[in-house]
Amino acid sequence: MSGKRKARLKILWNWLAPFLGLILVIALFSLMPEVRERFLRPANFKSVATQSVIVALGALGMTVIIISGGIDLSAASNIALSSVVVAYAVNAGAPPLAAVAAGIVCGGVIGFANGGLITGLRLVPFIVTLGMMGIARGVAKWLAGNQKIDAPLTWINELMAKSPRPGWLLLAPGVWLVILLAVLMAFVLRRTVFGRHVFAVGSNEATARLCGLRTRRAKILIYSLSGLFCGLAGVMEFSRLTVGDPTVAVGLELDIIAAVVIGGGSLAGGEGSILGTLIGVFIMSFLRNGCTMMGWPNYIQEIIIGAIIIAAVSLDQVRHRREA
Amino acid sequence: MTPSSAESVVLRMEGISKTFGATCALDGVRLDLRRGEVHALLGENGAGKSTLVKVLSGAVRPDSGRMTIEDIPYAPAGPADGKRRGISMIYQEPTLCPHLSVEENIMLGKEPRRRGLVRLAEMRRRVREVLDFMRHPEIGAEVPVRQLSIGARQIVEIARALVDEARILVMDEPTSSLSLEDSEELFRIIRRLKERGVGVIYISHFLEEVRRVADVFTVLRDGRNAGAGRMEETSLEAIIRMMVGREFRELFPRVPHTTGEPVLSLDRFKGRRMAAEVDLTLHKGEILGIAGLIGSGRTEMLRSVFGLDEAEGGGITIRQVRFEGGTPRERIGQGLGFLSEDRQGEGLALSRSIADNATLSRLGPFSRFGVLSTGRRREAVAGLMERVKVKGRRPDEPVAVLSGGNQQKIALARLLHQEADILLLDEPTRGIDVLSKAQIYEWIGRLAARGKAVLFVSSYLPELLGVCDTIAVFHRGRVVDSRPASAWNEAAILQAAAVGRTGADQIEAGP
Repeated sequence: MSGKRKARLKILWNWLAPFLGLILVIALFSLMPEVRERFLRPANFKSVATQSVIVALGALGMTVIIISGGIDLSAASNIALSSVVVAYAVNAGAPPLAAVAAGIVCGGVIGFANGGLITGLRLVPFIVTLGMMGIARGVAKWLAGNQKIDAPLTWINELMAKSPRPGWLLLAPGVWLVILLAVLMAFVLRRTVFGRHVFAVGSNEATARLCGLRTRRAKILIYSLSGLFCGLAGVMEFSRLTVGDPTVAVGLELDIIAAVVIGGGSLAGGEGSILGTLIGVFIMSFLRNGCTMMGWPNYIQEIIIGAIIIAAVSLDQVRHRREA
Repeated sequence: MTPSSAESVVLRMEGISKTFGATCALDGVRLDLRRGEVHALLGENGAGKSTLVKVLSGAVRPDSGRMTIEDIPYAPAGPADGKRRGISMIYQEPTLCPHLSVEENIMLGKEPRRRGLVRLAEMRRRVREVLDFMRHPEIGAEVPVRQLSIGARQIVEIARALVDEARILVMDEPTSSLSLEDSEELFRIIRRLKERGVGVIYISHFLEEVRRVADVFTVLRDGRNAGAGRMEETSLEAIIRMMVGREFRELFPRVPHTTGEPVLSLDRFKGRRMAAEVDLTLHKGEILGIAGLIGSGRTEMLRSVFGLDEAEGGGITIRQVRFEGGTPRERIGQGLGFLSEDRQGEGLALSRSIADNATLSRLGPFSRFGVLSTGRRREAVAGLMERVKVKGRRPDEPVAVLSGGNQQKIALARLLHQEADILLLDEPTRGIDVLSKAQIYEWIGRLAARGKAVLFVSSYLPELLGVCDTIAVFHRGRVVDSRPASAWNEAAILQAAAVGRTGADQIEAGP
């Protein structure tokens, strides 16, 4: 009898454990009398979700890269470049849909270049994407003539609207897009052959090759896919800013990587999940949101988030050691 | 030959030769493998077993020779060809993806799919089928492999080969990391594979185990066929004779020396990675050889003594002072010096200079207030290079430009420079030329004559017999036997190392 109950508790625990950090953060601010009411308001949750869209899109792609044992430091530069490309296209009179496509394709091209250089030159991803971080940022500034590109308002700028039209959408279209793509990516990682190969490459690349996997092709696909996500994040960046700003999102790649790592991704490869990553994104967003409401200075947020990264990863390690 | 017996030969290798540079690894080797047969491939370390297996798998291309699989010529361009023709390899250490589940590992690279999607039900059905065939339905298909025991991992590895429809299965030391029960289980599975008609090539140093599992055997020695036969018709002793065979002709410069009081003794000492407790005593002026198979725990013992692995029990007495643990830094301070078996990976910093490598463990003499006097160091290193006979090189050249033999001499020069008087040498002559070997033997002898004590781990029996005063044999982490070198011969050492006991009748006094 008690064994059965234990088993049921264990299932419940396994299901809840990933959410624990997020629940803790939300509970923390709900207990603060001075912000509780504002913090728990649905409108606040909506705005946190909207603020999370760009990091979340970048993190979906980064999750795949990190599971495969790689890293992409050029993600934020890629987002900036893509947003400039969208602004440039809109400004040049392209129809909005074409501008959006141009931004996404631009992100994909940068990702493809990353993958091609990593496999072609046999360089470690850290180096290639560190280089690409500078290159993409430089190209963005060049294209924008080293200033912001103003562009006329179109429906693109409604993708990140806090009160979406039509009203029955409830959340900004960008948030829905994140949810949709997250479900899709979780499916890709779990159920497709490609997804299995991503895990295999990250877990033991030598074995993957031994089993006849085309590891180089897989890597190029992985980086291209992540590039496409950055391109889409760039579209959202443009939507939010209404201008193309080549200096936007500096350092954002570290937020993206942090989200994946907080969500259980291992920089050594082989581990990570889409659900975990999204939870990582929201932990950081809610912390920022709560700290701002509390009127705590920026540096407090930075210290807390830094501590959370270390705590999350060490907790994850303890869990693994117990499993083994 | 009757048609039926010709049919049953699944693999034929004929006249396989391969040279690497100046060394001839294989010379006209022949091997026939029949359906449902377990064929033991035997030989000492370096006899050419692994090269032969690599030729078979397609990882190494032979210089000459022919192979046929079921009478169809087989000339692989790479390992992928070998797999396609039904050859599967099982290595000592499982090569699985630790994060993936059992079924994902088994089906990796051959997932049943429909439009890019994995057909989970089909995949699970095939995995269940193969695990049931191996009579291991208890292994959960969804469990991540890292949560399995080593024995279970080995079973997953074999399951992967079975799903490949392997006709030829090569097992290279499959039991060396398995417990006894897991080994028994492996033998049961091998019997089932035979019933299925799979031909198995089985490589192992554990002769008694080979005797139980194999039907026939082929012995290699110095890259040539040295004997073959049916297992049940041949005695262990006869096989050992085929393996040793070699006449004892290498020259070992002997330097006369006498042994004195104990300087290093282990009592019930055990390190973190050692399989068992070890008792051992090393005397002043003594060269103590440590024989044993690869993986028998010799390296782990040296590393634990030197403090590279944590000590877990027992003690080390160094010149009458007992320690229970220690760090490499403390050991160096106590006069110990360690030479790693992994010269390029651990022993030397290849991209750094000869001078850096030779003096890294003791920079004190050349520095004042932390500032290094390169001039004085250069002089000292030039002197060291002369002593270890590395000629025609400057101290500031990177170690990477030296030959293997000279690199090893620089690693030894470091021990000279730190004035170590208890030397732990792990395979000091592995992979180096004969002249350098002879120089190292002489150097070891001279150190002993000056009262230094040497622990000499080697897998090359002639040098142990030629250089050492005493030889201790390891088997699965324990010292099986320790005697004066004159009371050993190669066959006796091999038997003790492979079987774990000395047959008293086998020991003859040396000349």
